[in-house]
Amino acid sequence: MDFADFDGKIDMKRKWNWPIWIGFIVAVGGLFSYEWFAPFPITRDFPWANLLLFGIGAVLLLVGLFRAFGRPQLYRGKVFGSIFTAIALALFAFFSYEIFYVLKQVPLSAQAPRVGQKAPEFSLPDQNGKQVALSDLLSPNGAVLIFYRGYW
Amino acid sequence: MHLAAISVDPSDVSAAHCRKMGYTFSFLSDQDAAVIKRYDVLHRGAGPKGKDIARPAEFYVDGSGTVRWVNLTENIAVRARPGQALDAIDAAK
Repeated sequence: MDFADFDGKIDMKRKWNWPIWIGFIVAVGGLFSYEWFAPFPITRDFPWANLLLFGIGAVLLLVGLFRAFGRPQLYRGKVFGSIFTAIALALFAFFSYEIFYVLKQVPLSAQAPRVGQKAPEFSLPDQNGKQVALSDLLSPNGAVLIFYRGYW
Repeated sequence: MHLAAISVDPSDVSAAHCRKMGYTFSFLSDQDAAVIKRYDVLHRGAGPKGKDIARPAEFYVDGSGTVRWVNLTENIAVRARPGQALDAIDAAK
């Protein structure tokens, strides 16, 4: 038996380091589940559900890395564990940038009509092509105007 | 009390959206953003391919045409909840 064979056999016996895989999948889920959580105000106003998934993913990845580096003769994952953790960190950085910076880049709208002012009149076509004026909407109890970004 | 949603979406996009979601209130199409600019709720370049679109904003205008409630969010993800608008309408009575 030569050395290469011996090393190879030891490798085969090392255990599957499942926290790294599961942690990575959960962290990826933390990013891509945003679309799924976004329709609900409770998970959209503050993305705690996504952050919870990122947190669970981080704990599992750390457990996996401790195993891989602490007992490398027993567990796999030094290399792919480091790569997966780096990818998960990059996804978390991207998520944080989008959620805590990009979403807050909203114009000030300092000249928007204020409470007590007259609302500017307008007339626009509705979804059926019918022209609707603000004055049409006001009687008898007023109207809520909702400006939204659109579905394009 | 009427509800009107206003965006740069063409009428046919809004019509499809209403069919899908079952909405029956008015979706007004402000394709050149003239009204959106008049209300100073334009978000320059925030749409697809740098298109100018509306930022999220909600107003309650009473029967006399006077603004009684304004909600200008500081976070695109955070919108007025229905209860906020209803409270504002109740308070305006």
